[in-house]
This record gives sequence, C-alpha cells and structure tokens, in this order.
Amino acid sequence: MTRLRAVILGALGIVLLGVLWEAYKALGPAAGFEAFGIQLLPRTSDLAMPHLIDMLDRALSPVNTAADSQPVWLTVTLACLSSLGTAAVGLAVGAVVGFGLALLMLRFRIAESAVLPWLILSQTVPLIALAPVIVSWGGRVHIGEFEWQRWMSVAVIASYLAFFPVAVGALRGLQSPLAAQVELMHSFAAGWWRTVLHLRLPASVPYLIPAVRLGAASAIIGTVVAEVSTGAKGGIGRLIIEYAQSGSSDPAKAFSPIAGAVLMGLATAGVVALVALTLGRFRSNEVPA
Amino acid sequence: MTAVQVTGVTKTFTTKAGLVTALDDVDLTVEKGEFVSLIGPSGCGKSTLLRLIADLDTPTSGVIEVFGKSARQARLDQDYGIAFQTAGLLPWRSVAANIELPLQLHGVDRVGRRQRVAQLIELVGLGDFARSFPEQLSGGMQQRVAIARSLAERPELLLMDEPFGALDEMTRERMQSELVRISAETGAAVIFVTHSIPEAVFLSDRVVVMSPRPGRIRKVIDVKLGDARGEGLREESAFFASVTEVREALHGAPATGTARGVDTR
Repeated sequence: MTRLRAVILGALGIVLLGVLWEAYKALGPAAGFEAFGIQLLPRTSDLAMPHLIDMLDRALSPVNTAADSQPVWLTVTLACLSSLGTAAVGLAVGAVVGFGLALLMLRFRIAESAVLPWLILSQTVPLIALAPVIVSWGGRVHIGEFEWQRWMSVAVIASYLAFFPVAVGALRGLQSPLAAQVELMHSFAAGWWRTVLHLRLPASVPYLIPAVRLGAASAIIGTVVAEVSTGAKGGIGRLIIEYAQSGSSDPAKAFSPIAGAVLMGLATAGVVALVALTLGRFRSNEVPA
Repeated sequence: MTAVQVTGVTKTFTTKAGLVTALDDVDLTVEKGEFVSLIGPSGCGKSTLLRLIADLDTPTSGVIEVFGKSARQARLDQDYGIAFQTAGLLPWRSVAANIELPLQLHGVDRVGRRQRVAQLIELVGLGDFARSFPEQLSGGMQQRVAIARSLAERPELLLMDEPFGALDEMTRERMQSELVRISAETGAAVIFVTHSIPEAVFLSDRVVVMSPRPGRIRKVIDVKLGDARGEGLREESAFFASVTEVREALHGAPATGTARGVDTR
C-alpha cells in the first residue's frame, strides 16, 4: 500500500512540474522579470521555454534533415548508454579505491589522521580544473598495444568524484561494530583480516549502500561534466552541448539530452536499490546517508 | 590442577585525572571445574581482572597463567570461552550461525559444525529457534545464544562478565539455574563477574570479594552449599548465611567471632 502511494505521489510530482512549466509560460511576463540588471524570472518565449509537447515531438523526430538521420530519442539513448558505461567504470574504480582507502584508514590510525584531510581537500578541487590535467596525463600513456582513450580520462574523473562518499561511508561502516563484538573476535583468536571479513565487512553494508548510491550519482555528474570539459565524443555530455548550440533555431531539441541525463541518474539509483535488495539480511540497522 | 593462576598482578590506567590503579598486587587461583565469582562495587577491578585473564588487556606487572600457559597462548589455543553483559550477537547471522562462528573461524568442517551447534542449541534450550535471528529473541534468549557460543570450542574455562546484568529478575534466576546445570554438565571452571550478592552465592564454590581504589581482593569466601543447587536452595538458611557473610565482607564490617584471614589461595 505504501509502495503504491509512493508511486502515485512520485507521478503527481512530475505532473505538477509540467503544469507549473506550462502555467508560467502562459501567465508569466513575456520578457521575464529583471531587477538591478539581474534576470530573476525567465522569458516565456518559445525560444526560452518551449512547450512540453514540442519537446516531446522534437524527441520523436529525426536529429537533422539528412535522409538516414536517427530520431532524437534514439541518439540520446545511445549517448546515455555510452555515458552510463563510462560512469560504471568510474564508479567501479572509485568504489575499489574508496574501500581500499577505508581499509587503510581502519588498519592504521595514523593513516586516518594523515589521509582524511586530503580526501576532503580533494573534493574541493573544481572538476573543470582537473579535467585538462588528467586528459594530458592520459595522452602520455602508451603501454605496448595499449593506447589511452579519451573516455578513460572521463572515467578517471568520474571515479575521482565517486570514491569520496564510498571511502567515508565504508570507514564509518567498518568502524561500526560494538567494542564487545570486536573483543569477541579477538577472544576467538581471529586476526585482523578475519575480523574484517566476518564482522566489519557485513556490519558496513548498511553504511555502504547509501554511500554507493551517493557515489553512483557523483559518478554520473562527474561523467557528464568531464565529457563536456574534455570534449569526449559519444556521451550525453557532448550531446547536451551540441544540442544547446542549436538552441536559437531549434530550442526544443536541447531538452532531450537533459531529460536523458536525469533518467540516467534515476536508472542508476534503481540499479543500486536492486542490488541492495539482495543484501537484505545485512541491512537490519541501515542508517540514512 | 589449576585452571587459572594470577600472581602479583597490578594494572594501572592513565586517565585525564592521572594514574588509576585498577588492580593492586592481586593473587588468585582457580582450580579446574571450580565456579568462582568476582564481586565488588564499581571500580574494584573485577572486570579488569577478567579481561586480563582473557588476554583482552595486559597486566602492568605480575603473571597470569591459564592451564599453565600464558594468557595469550591460552587465548590463541581457545582454552576459554567468554560471554559479556551485551550478548554481542551478529544481527545478520541466525542463532545457529552465531553459535557456529568460533567453529567456522577455526576451520571446523561443515558436518562437525552442524553436529556441535545442534548439541549446543539443545544444551541451552533453544531448539525451536535455530533459524531465528537475534532481533527476534528476548534478552534472556540472546544471552543463552551467547553462552552456547562461548561453549562451542568445549573450553575448560568459562569467563563471564555480568552476563545476566541486563536481564529482569525472574529471567535472571532461571538463567542462573541453567548456568549451574550447564557448568556441571561441561565440567568447566567458571570465573563469573557480578555485582549481585545472591547471584554470586547461588552460583559459586567461592566468592571473591573485591574493594576499589586501588582494586584489591578483600576476602575469599567459601560457599559450601553442595552440588545439588535447585530453586529450593534460595530459601535455605545456609544460603542466607552465605549471603550475609558476603555482604559483610563487601561493606567492610567483619563478621563477629572467628577472625578470618584474607584468603587468597
């Protein structure tokens, strides 16, 4: 019953957003509202705010006038899948690195004091500043047949965002067992690794699930932003820029890749939730992120 | 044959308030199969002493031998089982899997584990709950699981730190009777930390009365209530006499008449 309620409320929210959009477009001032030279409310012209139905219509029609042109939605979907693959690689790398750092900090107290400030500092570096550096480093990697690809730089940047919530969440989770439980493992003469395997790792699951959910969202954002700033081809980030540039002549087109990026984020959250379902036994005391 | 031999053990902690002497030159011997309670007010070092025997902490000076070995070696050899005030069960493991944990850690094969767990579940009377999870059990039942787990490796020494401290009085008395039966069936020596006088008297062959600041053994009282300890024992005058003796030792008012030396065998 509560599930049905949630679905209905969620759908109502989307409908409400659509109604608000169309209502403002119909009733708002045509030139928008400006104060002290700052645009506070957008213009309501078709150029700035296309009708929802136009966006939908544009999504279903071909990308351009070429004879073999794909419909926009298909191009967007393919771009999303490409970005999703990159983001998944980024998340996987980020999760492994994040968990590894958490283990290191768990094992060595001194590592926690030494590494944690750097982790926090690392997240204050603007992604835009980082992207060209990583691309140029990647460009110098030639190992035998292996050639560094542009998308790999994007994945590295995505992992750079994704590892942080995983590291922090995993550390909290690994440190969550009670003193009595840890001493019990000690009394069983279980070493550090066995204690991690049988006690700390299962105990960390309720902390890891929200951490990975955050990490996945960060990986998506990182991928899109990195595609934009590195100019990687094939992804949704590139498409957002490309379609936005045709905004003056074809304003409804730009909204398709944006919707695609949103759906991509939702799909990722859904996948994490599905994985979490299989771990039900370990989630009796899940904590909110 | 002695199970535990504590000789001249001192333990100090450094706190913000300065140096605290938790245990000061303590001697104690526990024989095989003997049930010994440690009782005293908070800060008398009774839990500290238990933790030292369990090698969860190391003494500042002095020697602890468990079955003739160092405490550390005894822990590595799994010569003792331990139960705390909090059952410390793993919530993602069923009752059976919780009891099985020490066996699994020590590489006992699946068949051996299943047999031993079945015995233990029977021993603590949890037959119908093998597949239940800890959150579905009452506090008393969780503590039974913890006791079964502590017995998994057939230890000859059981260390218990106020295992019934969080239970209500009725459950507590029932668990005490169970523990008397279990310790008789397994023949293990038990060192039992408590701050309940009737509990200590009901369970023990000897009660070690401790005093705080610094933690010392004030008196060791022999409780001669025999091996048959039914519920009726709680009503007997011998029981009350021992309770009075322990209480007087605790409060520092010596029993009138026969002067007893501080017996720290």
